[in-house]
Amino acid sequence: MTNFLHILGGYIIRAIEEMGRIVIILLSAVMWTVRPPLRFRAILKQMEFVGVNSLFVTILTGAFTGGVFTLQSYYGFSMFGADSLVGPTVALAMTRELGPVLTALMVTGRAGSAMAAELGTMRVTEQIDALYVMAANPVKYLVVPRILAGIMMLPLLTAIADFVGVVGGYIVGVKLLNIHGGLFIGKIVEYVELSDIFNGLIKSAVFGGILSLIGCYKGFYAKGGAEGVGRATTEAVVMASVLILVSDYIMTAMLF
Amino acid sequence: MTNYIIQIEDLHKSFAGFSVLKGLHLEIERGKITFIIGRSGGGKSVLLKHIIGLLKPDAGRILVGGKDIVRMGESGLNRVRQRFGMLFQDGALFDSMTVGENVAFPLVEHTNLKSKEIRELVHEKLGLVGLEGIEDLMPSEISGGMRKRVGLARAMILEPEILLFDEPTTGLDPIMSDQIDELIVETQRRLDVTSIVISHDIAATLRVADRVAMIYEGQIVADGGPEEIRILDNPVVQQFLKGEAEGPMVLGD
Repeated sequence: MTNFLHILGGYIIRAIEEMGRIVIILLSAVMWTVRPPLRFRAILKQMEFVGVNSLFVTILTGAFTGGVFTLQSYYGFSMFGADSLVGPTVALAMTRELGPVLTALMVTGRAGSAMAAELGTMRVTEQIDALYVMAANPVKYLVVPRILAGIMMLPLLTAIADFVGVVGGYIVGVKLLNIHGGLFIGKIVEYVELSDIFNGLIKSAVFGGILSLIGCYKGFYAKGGAEGVGRATTEAVVMASVLILVSDYIMTAMLF
Repeated sequence: MTNYIIQIEDLHKSFAGFSVLKGLHLEIERGKITFIIGRSGGGKSVLLKHIIGLLKPDAGRILVGGKDIVRMGESGLNRVRQRFGMLFQDGALFDSMTVGENVAFPLVEHTNLKSKEIRELVHEKLGLVGLEGIEDLMPSEISGGMRKRVGLARAMILEPEILLFDEPTTGLDPIMSDQIDELIVETQRRLDVTSIVISHDIAATLRVADRVAMIYEGQIVADGGPEEIRILDNPVVQQFLKGEAEGPMVLGD
């Protein structure tokens, strides 16, 4: 029994320590963001890495998600003759939920993992120590540009995923399943509010911050050579994905 | 009175309950080359990281130029760090930047020099380590020995008062090791810097050092000129210098 409590206590202490370290790195990132000079070149480079380079995978994800969602909802809706509502159903699902969340998960797998691997390698090869020694704060130099890039690029990617998703839905619904095209679009315009899109984009900005923060955090505290970097990368993807899904629920409950 | 640039007093540090430094005292003389020797995992790198503020001690004081860096905040520490240059074990070059950008990094960060002046300084410092003209290569495209020399050029670029070397010759062939040792001596003579070198290389230590300090069980057990150390009547030191498995130092402790 005491052994069990010992193990349980160990887990809880480690979890609290981890939360503490995340909060510390977040606060110091915020502090270094408002302290000039901002490194525009580094930020642009990260925006390209997080955003532009994720474009292809975002478009693919959006298009096929919209398509398959149309296929599935048509199956249900056609049973009671509500084909005309497939459009808004797909559009609402994409803008409010699937666009932001799936884009964030894909970018976590692509860019969040790369951040953990890159910073982790820099940690184990003493490059982060070298930054400290040269009086260049690594949080300002490495973490701030990545978090800013995540926060700025995720909404843009999500907007694209939303649009492509609806296009994918249109292609499947109108071209393959023969829903009336005007009806499909008309009902979307009727039911989808601007706030649906906007709140989805707000969520995605938070997701972008989360995936960059966790990727950087896991890399920053990596230790133990190549194996440690591998572990940091895996943990970053798992932790960021879980946090994205949990925060999604919380924000959805609050925003909509 | 001897002129000490760094004074370390009663330094204690433990990691996860394991004591590495146990009340270590050490003074570093200005303008001299001090070698720190001792067993792997014996706290040499830990000591070096304390001197430049990468690690905070559990107890004790570290005075750099008379000021205690243990109780300094980040901005004070950064001012002190600009007096230092450090060569890391594997160079610790930024692998996202070219060799030239790596060497230029401290200049870009801490000076307002124009890019032409920076280029000239980088060229000059790479020349000092015998590597002119490799500015545009990436760190991954050059050998380990070259990376160390580039790391040395980067450490010297701001002409620091104090240079720290973390095992500068480990893993290099004898000729390259000798070149690096030469560089350490040359740099010290030309720029009149204070050098602190961590080393396993006994021959080089006794040849190059002005002073040798040996760490054993978290403390300095021997401290003096290379000749004094060579004839010192201390079984631990003698065992280490001769590299014998038998003796008061036991494997695995």
